[in-house]
This record gives sequence, structure tokens and C-alpha cells, in this order.
Amino acid sequence: MDIQLRVNGKEYQSRIEPRLLLVHYLRDVLGLTGTHVGCETTLCGACTVLLDGKAVKSCTVLAVQADGAEITTIEGMAGLPVANGGLHPVQEGFWEKHGLQCGYCTPGMIIAGAALLEKNPAPSEAEIRHAIAGNLCRCTGYQNIVAAIDYAAKKMKKRKR
Amino acid sequence: MATATRYIGKAMKRKEDPRLIQGLAHYVDDLQFAGMLYAAVIRSPHAHARIRSVDASKARTASGVVAVLTEEDVRGAIGMIPCAAQIPGMKAALRPVLAAEKVRFVGEPVAILVATDRYLARDAADLVEVDYDPLPAVVDPEKAIEKSSPLLYDQFKDNIAYRWELEGGDVKKAFKQADRVVKQRMVNQRLIPVAMEPRGVVADYKPGEKQLTVWSSTQIPHLLRTQIAGMLGVPEFSVRVITPEVGGAFGSKLNVYAEEALVAYLAMKLNKPVKWIESRRENFQSTIHGRDQINYFELAVKSDGSLLGLRARILADIGAYYQLLTPLIPTMTGLMICGCYKIPAVQIEILGVLTNKMATDAYRGAGRPEATYFIERAMDVVAAELKKDPVEIRRKNFPQPKEFPYTTPTGLTYDSADYQKSLDTVLKNSQYIKLRKEQAALRKKGRYMGIGLSTYVEICAMGPSSAMPAGGWESATVRIEPSGKVNVLTGSSPHGQGQETTFCQIAADLLGVSPEDVLVIHGDTAIVPYGIGTFGSRATAVGGSALYRALEKLREKLAKIAGHQLGVDPGKLEFLDHKIFVKSEPRKSMAFGEAVGAAYVAKTLPPGMEPGLDATAFFEPSNFTFPFGAHLCVVEVDPDTGQVTLQKYFAVDDCGNVINPLLVEGQVHGGIVQSVGQALLEEAVYDEQGQLVTGELTDYALPRATDLPPLQMARTVTPSPVNPMGVKGVGEAGTIGATPAIVNAVVDALAPFGVRHVDLPMKRERIWQILRKSRRAK
Repeated sequence: MDIQLRVNGKEYQSRIEPRLLLVHYLRDVLGLTGTHVGCETTLCGACTVLLDGKAVKSCTVLAVQADGAEITTIEGMAGLPVANGGLHPVQEGFWEKHGLQCGYCTPGMIIAGAALLEKNPAPSEAEIRHAIAGNLCRCTGYQNIVAAIDYAAKKMKKRKR
Repeated sequence: MATATRYIGKAMKRKEDPRLIQGLAHYVDDLQFAGMLYAAVIRSPHAHARIRSVDASKARTASGVVAVLTEEDVRGAIGMIPCAAQIPGMKAALRPVLAAEKVRFVGEPVAILVATDRYLARDAADLVEVDYDPLPAVVDPEKAIEKSSPLLYDQFKDNIAYRWELEGGDVKKAFKQADRVVKQRMVNQRLIPVAMEPRGVVADYKPGEKQLTVWSSTQIPHLLRTQIAGMLGVPEFSVRVITPEVGGAFGSKLNVYAEEALVAYLAMKLNKPVKWIESRRENFQSTIHGRDQINYFELAVKSDGSLLGLRARILADIGAYYQLLTPLIPTMTGLMICGCYKIPAVQIEILGVLTNKMATDAYRGAGRPEATYFIERAMDVVAAELKKDPVEIRRKNFPQPKEFPYTTPTGLTYDSADYQKSLDTVLKNSQYIKLRKEQAALRKKGRYMGIGLSTYVEICAMGPSSAMPAGGWESATVRIEPSGKVNVLTGSSPHGQGQETTFCQIAADLLGVSPEDVLVIHGDTAIVPYGIGTFGSRATAVGGSALYRALEKLREKLAKIAGHQLGVDPGKLEFLDHKIFVKSEPRKSMAFGEAVGAAYVAKTLPPGMEPGLDATAFFEPSNFTFPFGAHLCVVEVDPDTGQVTLQKYFAVDDCGNVINPLLVEGQVHGGIVQSVGQALLEEAVYDEQGQLVTGELTDYALPRATDLPPLQMARTVTPSPVNPMGVKGVGEAGTIGATPAIVNAVVDALAPFGVRHVDLPMKRERIWQILRKSRRAK
């Protein structure tokens, strides 16, 4: 099947098998290996990407379902307007607050955090925890991930002023 | 030579993060080579069965399939999966890389195939026809040791793989003199490590050069290289192991797995790069599990709460076959069973029991979480029986700081500690007395708050080679380039711990250079001298010490060069801000880069000095280290649903001197949350036929962000005397110290219902049933 989509601001046209998962399309066809596969069953969130602005788990989306969509992966986060030419504030938060250890869940966590801040620019701690409850991390105990997203929220608020 | 600590001890941001937060890092599955083939493993659906036949003819002709290997194809060509641990009299429960004649657990590899595409490989896997003759299985270790149990190995007369015994002090006398003997059967359940990145291997072979390169998500690149060479019967110098980014391990990648040898063999046979990536389901079934011990525990106590003696009989479920360290792990429980208490007499018997399950091996803590759970749970049972405060019972039995080094009746020598101080700190931080008042007030209102305490000691910095199965030292090489840039090559193999940062901090301080001038390289056997790896909370204490020694050698050399030029005693020189200078006369100074240049240009060196700046050190620790701490947890239990809510958590940890407090705190956070998993959620369940019921994340609950209160952290600092930096290790503290604190809190909450002990994990339904039974009894 033929699909056409925008990924990280670039147009792509591909002929793919109907059963190809979006995550494998991104990783194996486009070479965007920053999006990870942790479970293939929508349970861990390592493969989270933005699809038309919404955080989705790309291991249970078929690539053909993304036909015509706009996708942002971790590789595209720094290219978003909010990043101001540097790191996305959520990426910066993860670095500042030691929000990662092995780094495997991190791209998905960053995307989930960024999606939350799009909808809710000033989330409470409980709201942050709720927003990342679909993303598993085995290293950090989540505390510094929560702090990282909170850091980003405050930073983005400051910039808007 | 004094060292200024501009970076050591500081919360420096991690050097590895920029690539990780931008999706620019490379894990095994991110590697892509031209002509790469994809492997799929065909696994046993039975827990115990005889293999009648394996028919791969349909799979061989399936679309995209390049090769299929059955046991017949690899017999004699690939050696057994290695076990490095030796216990006198242990039976040889060794496993071939593909099952021969019999399968003994669900998920055991029976065949492997490769295809041109990962989807086609999985399609073809279903076409391999294996005819099984199912046999009765045994999954419960208490049943497996009965005479009537099915036998896993026809050649053994029972399912007991080994017996390990240890006695210290006069146990008979202790129990005779006791006012009371407190007994409790306790279960420390089987857990599944679930690193977020499953295992994965890529192998490539260059027949002209006879070079096999294996990329594996492992904690032990050098040991893996030695073992793969041995299993495949090729010279060690023909094998290079590279550890790319590793997405978590927690001990589960401290091993040598069948797939590593099989994929390497396939690459050599086909002269093509081959990739195998474990699915999550495979990860649950056939990556090592942890814990799984039943302990029949007895404590001999005086009425005043002092401990006289301990008896522990432990059934350690080791699964169907040994992996690398399987038999050794329960012995760590035995050695650490006294915890941080003076117990004059102990008697321990451990039975390693074979069952139709995946092997247990090192999962974060590896034997010490079990020991700590048993003794800390028992201390609360003693307190309940003597109607004393759990704080008082603990305080009464601590060795005092002046008694260190303190030798336990199990033969270990604890290096340094102040248990009283960490306990006092956690009581103060949590406002313990106020909490008890709050608890009493809530109980009157029918609300069940619980307060749980755990004072723990762990054994880290593994370890003296005399006590380790295959060397306990670590290596480090420091190579300063002519431009003044510093390469640190470490035998440690970090997978999230952040040694690229902490080792950089150490090197930057000792050489007086900027962190930007230091590159830490690890996990490539062609570049890094032989090393042991990262596990057992050893990287900083052993690997960092090796680095310290290597840096000292180069400092000495650079000081001699600078001293020769400046005409001063090299012993008076210091290193700071890219300068080598005399502290009392700062004008007597040489630029660091100039001294480095002199070593390479080699025209002005002191007479007899070799050119170059390259030093290697192998650090052999004289003892383990023994970090410790005190954790306190506050929970509320809903008596109608059995739901446990974590309300507050206070941790006080002492891991000696600290290189980077940010990273230390992160390690403890993660460990505590894995303990929350063990205490409340996680349990590997096999049904009676040996099917793994919790075989996916759908059925095996991991802690989520919403399950946790903010963790309130603190540290005390008691340096270790056994290594040059006084560090102890912290990677496993959280999983060791926290589980009993959470469990003790839940049991404390349930005390009004007459509950004295609850087995792990304390799921809603289990607590609800206990409460229902208790209410009915009333």
C-alpha cells in the first residue's frame, strides 16, 4: 500500500505492507531509531510518538493508519517551535533533573510529557503522574521524571511572559 | 599529592544524557547492516516434555527463510550454557543452547531460524513442527522435594540440586537459653526483572579476517567474549564483544544466554549479519527470574528483646537449569541473614530446588533483598510477640560504631557503619512519635494506617577475587593524548548508572582538567582492557578504585616531568585548572598540556623515563563494602477493599563517600520503586502445569507513576576503609532496604485484626481475604 505522511516536518511517501506497524516504519524504513519498542502490546509506552499532536503508542498503530498524518518523534522534538532552536523544554528538564538512567523509556516519556504540557501548561504533581501512568520506567522510580516535566512547565511559562 | 575536589561530590548533570534525550543513542536493535538477517526462536509451550521429533521442512521452504537450526544441527558445535558458580556436591543441571531430548520449562529454545525480514522470521517460526510427549511438571519447591514428585532429570534421584550449610556460634545453647523462640515461614516470591529494553544480539562475521563481532545488551562484555569463544570453540582473539547502549538490566543481563551463542554461530555459518531481538513475552519466559525463596525462620530471643540465635532453612527455587550464577545467589542470602544485628549463633541450611520454571539468578540485590526481608520481617514479629516497639528491638541489637570492623557469625567482616545514626535520622525526618499518635487517633476512627521500618545492611563492591566465582577485581586504563585530552577506559559496563559522568568527575579532579576534556569508554573488548563488568554495586567502588589507581600513576609521571622542568620536588605538586604547580609557590607552575606534550615529544624528560602517558591498573578489593540505612514507610489500608495506599516514604542511606549525589539519589529512587513492586504488585505465577500465567505486562503489574508518594531522601556518610575513595556502592540499596519497610507498614496497619505476617506480594485480594477471615473469626 502507498502512504504519504509528514514526519518531523519532512514529507515521506512509501510503499509498505499493510501489516507494518508504525513503530517499525519509523525505525526500519525511515531510520528514526530514537523511538523504542518495549512490549509490542501498548503497555509500556516506550514507542510513544505524537500523531497529529496526540501522544500515541506507535507499536499498536499500523503505518497505513498514519497515512496523511503529521508525526513527531523524539528526533523532531528539538525542531518544534517551543524548543526555540535548542532542546525542547521537556528534554532540558530530563537532563537538568536526572529524569533518565538507561534512557530506553525516555523518548516516550518526553513525548508524553510534552503532550501533557500542550493541553495543560500548569499541571499539578498528580496530573503529571496521571499523564505518564501509561509509560513504564524501571530505573528512575518516576520521581525525577515528574520533576523534569514540572521543570519544563515552569520554563515554558516563563518564556511566554 | 593533594586533590582538589571541584567535581567529585557535586551533582553534575550527566554526560550521557544529550544523546539519550534526543533519540541519538544506539541500542542493539538500532543497529542496521546491509544484508542483515533476522532470527526467531522456537520455544517449548510445555513445562516438561520429551521431544519426539522436530520437523523444520515447512519452515525451511517458507518465504524469506534462509536457515533453520535444530538441536541436531548444533550438537557438538556449541557448548553448554555456562555456570560459573561452584558449590561442593552440586548436580550438573546444565542446559544445551537448544533443548536435547527433553524440555524443562515453558519458553526453552528448541530451534532457531533466520529470515530476510523480522516479520517473515516470526511467520516461519510457527511452521516448525515439534512433536512433544508431555510429562508431569512440578513448580512448587515444597512439592518438588517430596519423594512423590516428578523428577526433572532422570539421572538424579531427587530434585535437590545442591545443599549449602553454614553454622557459626553455639546454636543449640542459644535456643536452650532463649526465653522465647519466634518462628515464621516466609515467602520471598519469584520476580521478573523486566528491563525496559529486552535482550538483543547482533553478530557479524568476517571470514577473511576470521573476526566475529557480537553486539549484545549485556552487563559483562569481556566475560561474554570469553564464554562465546569457549562455546563456539574459536580463539578468544577472534571474538569482539561490543555493548552498545543498554536499556536497563538489573542483573538480568549479567549472564550468558543461549541466544548469544546461537546468533554468533549463525553469523559465522552464513557469513551474514544476524539480529535477534527478544520479544517482551520471551523476556518474561526466558530471561532469568529473581528471588523465589521460602524460609522457615526461627529466632531465639530473650524477653528484653536481645537476640541469641537464628535458624534458617531455605528452599531456593532455582528453576530447571543453572544460568551463570544461579546456585550462588541464595548463598548470599545465607551470608547476610543476620542483617545489621548482633546474633551470636546461626545455623543455615539452603536447598537449591529444581522445578519446571525459568532459572533464577541475579536480580537487583541478588540474595540480599531476601536476607533483609527475612530478618527485618522477623524483627517485627519479635516486636509484636514481645509487645515492644520495632524501634526498640532494633536499637537493642545493633553493633556499635566502635565495634567495626565487625565480624558476623556467617564469617563476613562489615567494614564500617553507624546503624544508630541512620535509624535516628529516619525517625527524626519522619517525625516518628507524631506518626504513632496520628495512627492511634485514626484507628479510633476505623482507619488503618501502618508504619513500617527497615534497618538494613547490604554487601557490595563485589568483591575480593577469593570470594567471587571468576575474579572480583576491575581494570581501568587512562590514556592522555598528545593534545591533553583524557581517555578513560573502564572494564565496568554501565547500563544506566552514569559512569560516563562519575568516572569523568574522578578523572577531571585528579588531573585538574575540565570534564569536557575527559571521555569515558566502556563496553568494547577490542578497545578496553579485560574487565569484569557492572553488577553487585561494584562499578564505583571497584572500577572507580581501579581508575583512581591508574590516575595516580599518571599523576606521578606528570609530576616527575613538571618537577624536573621546574626544579621542585614532584611530591609538592598539585593539579588544578589545567596547571601543575607548587601550592605554596603558585608561580612555580607548568601548564598541564605542556607536561603532556613533553611526555610525547620526549626531549626534556627526566633521565630514564619512558615516553607516553598511558597507565592501566587492576584493582583487587581487600573486602566487600557494607552500605546500610534505615527506611520508613507509611501506608493506609482500606479494610473494605484491601487496597494499600503508600502515603509517605522516608529513606536514609549510607553508601560512604559519594561521587555524584544526583546519581546516588536516582539509584535509590529506582530501587525503592522496584521494592514497591515486590511488596505490593509483582509476582511470577506458574500454574500447576508449569504455564507462566504472568507472561506479559498485562498480567505482571509494574509500579506506575500514580502508585507512589514523593520519596523523601536523606543520607549519612560513613566512608569505607577498603578502597581509596571511601565509597561503598548504592545500586541495589533501594531493592534491599525498602521491601521490608513497606511490608512491615502493611502488617502494622493490620495489627488490630490480629495479623502478624502477610506473604508477598500484598495484593488487594490477599489482604481482603485476610481481613474477611479475621472478621469471620470474630
